[in-house]
Amino acid sequence: MKIQEVNSPASAVPVALLPDDPLHTRFLNVLLAIWRAMTSSRRVAVGSAIVGFFILIGLIGPFFMPYNPNATSHLFITPPSPTHWLGTTVVGEDIFSQLIYGTRTSVFWGLGTGIMVTLLSVVVGLIGGYFGGWIDDVLTLLTNVSLVLPALPLAIVLAAYFPRGPLTISFVIVFTNWAWQARVLRSQTLSMRSREFVTAARMSGESSLRIIFHEIFPNEIGLVVAGFVSTTIYVVLTWAALEFLGLGDGTIPSWGSLLYWAQQAGALGGGLWWWFIPPGACIAILGAGLSLINFGIDEIADPRLRIERPANVEKHKKAVKLEKAQRNGDALLPL
Amino acid sequence: MRHVIRRILFYICAVWVAITLDFFIPRLAPGDPVAAIVGKMSLKGYVSPEMKQTLAATFGLDTHDPLWVQYFKYLGNLFHGNLGNSIQYFPTPVAQIIGQDIWWSIMLGGVAVILGFIIGCFLGIIVAWKRGSAVDAVLSPAMNFLSAIPYFWLALLSLYLFSYLLNWFPLSGGYDSANIDPGWTFDFISSVIQHAFLPALTLVVASLAGWMLTMRNSMITTLSEDYVLMAKAKGLSDRRVMFWYAARNAVLPNITGFAIAIGAIVGGQLLTEMVFSYPGIGYALLQAVNQQDYAMLQSIFLIITLAVLGANFLADMLYVFLDPRVRQERSA
Repeated sequence: MKIQEVNSPASAVPVALLPDDPLHTRFLNVLLAIWRAMTSSRRVAVGSAIVGFFILIGLIGPFFMPYNPNATSHLFITPPSPTHWLGTTVVGEDIFSQLIYGTRTSVFWGLGTGIMVTLLSVVVGLIGGYFGGWIDDVLTLLTNVSLVLPALPLAIVLAAYFPRGPLTISFVIVFTNWAWQARVLRSQTLSMRSREFVTAARMSGESSLRIIFHEIFPNEIGLVVAGFVSTTIYVVLTWAALEFLGLGDGTIPSWGSLLYWAQQAGALGGGLWWWFIPPGACIAILGAGLSLINFGIDEIADPRLRIERPANVEKHKKAVKLEKAQRNGDALLPL
Repeated sequence: MRHVIRRILFYICAVWVAITLDFFIPRLAPGDPVAAIVGKMSLKGYVSPEMKQTLAATFGLDTHDPLWVQYFKYLGNLFHGNLGNSIQYFPTPVAQIIGQDIWWSIMLGGVAVILGFIIGCFLGIIVAWKRGSAVDAVLSPAMNFLSAIPYFWLALLSLYLFSYLLNWFPLSGGYDSANIDPGWTFDFISSVIQHAFLPALTLVVASLAGWMLTMRNSMITTLSEDYVLMAKAKGLSDRRVMFWYAARNAVLPNITGFAIAIGAIVGGQLLTEMVFSYPGIGYALLQAVNQQDYAMLQSIFLIITLAVLGANFLADMLYVFLDPRVRQERSA
């Protein structure tokens, strides 16, 4: 599936970039293009709304939690009720509060790690693609080796050796997942290297790093954004999976650690559905929101992938018929 | 031919990186892991000096050899198939445990991958052929949503629904170990199938979206080719054009994916085996993590990696065989 992503990169996201413009104008243009992309496709709009909702909950939600997420009480394993909206755990913690606090942990660590992965792949991809030669050879070899090593088992082994905690998980995910995007960006940079504006910048004596990050990078921003979104989906899922396997810090509430404790307490065999359904649903909805954005970007980039509604075709046929009728009518008009 | 040699060299390099990572990860871990583990283990029971020694050997702390000597000793052990002893099942050699568990993973994963591939590709072909129809408008977004669901949650839900609420399938295990002895008997085989059905089903459902969407995208590209138009113009039947002209060429990216998926089945069902307590290699890896059985952990990682690398290599070679453009090095 990822192979396909590499073959059809979303490079054609329409970003109007003129290299002569000052940097802040270019940046504004990029923002404008992102806004246009967000509002032009219904899928992207819905996806952005979902992701925005979770970010909002993560930002302000913890101020409105009904209980302290780690506070135990004598109300063990109560099903959802007006006082405990999502019931309680085996030690009487309020699951709704844990879910709200967990949203903060999961969303922000997920987005943050997504950014870290993207940064690393941008640096590796652009430097390799621009410099070429032995630097590129070494970086490409590293990228390709990293691509063939199985990510999840490697992440598990690494996480098992280092102290438990979000930083470890974040590091492990960055270490195992940067390569896909780096490869895409490298090939894009390679084709960008021989463009006129790069040659011009080189002629005018700009330093290599400035050319890479001020001239080439802004032109690949669409690709980087698309890569960031698909990486973040994967990061959120992997994060939850690693925590579910018990490799996270179980004392910090998050979607994954909720699932971990539910599994440890035998919530499944005990029929405590309110414990393991909500966190999984949150992950699924956030993931769906992100992939809606991603498919929207893909469709903008490659119009062939759009689902055409039959209704439009009919309308078109009608229009053609109408046109024909008019033409025939015209022809029938007495001269 | 140059292409093939380059790929072989690349995979040799990748295997070396994997083996070296496996050697260095425990040695880079912070603190004194042996003392920490012995401390934890002595809470659970007596820790014999032999166990301590095994542990120290795992981390390379039993010798005063310089690192490079340790490294070559480690390589030598690997070549002799000596992966060290397990700590949780002390003193059983790790290789023996892995040898037992791996078959469960291969059987479960093999069936699931093959079924998922066939059904997914077929759906992709149909959806691309009938693009814009009701089937496409419903199936494609549904599959997008399905691919965003965390797999282990899907597994948990189906376990809750089908095993706990409806009681159709057993809650855990690879077979009914309390009542049935392993062997080529009808009882054993039917018990194995009964236990494997739900894990396999969740694996198929979870992988379906990927196969289908890749197939759809590649099929749509192929359908706009001239030779497809030509086939239609010749008046060939729809089915013939669909399968023998378009799908045959469109399936190429999925074939590579299939070879890779076959390699991944050795270690790819970590989460399935965890949720269903299925006695495969993934479950063994998790137990190794929880029991801090590091020799086991490293060996399983190595086995999984070698399987994945082997499958990737196979996929590369298959591509060379299937796509003449790669052979002639027109696409770098």
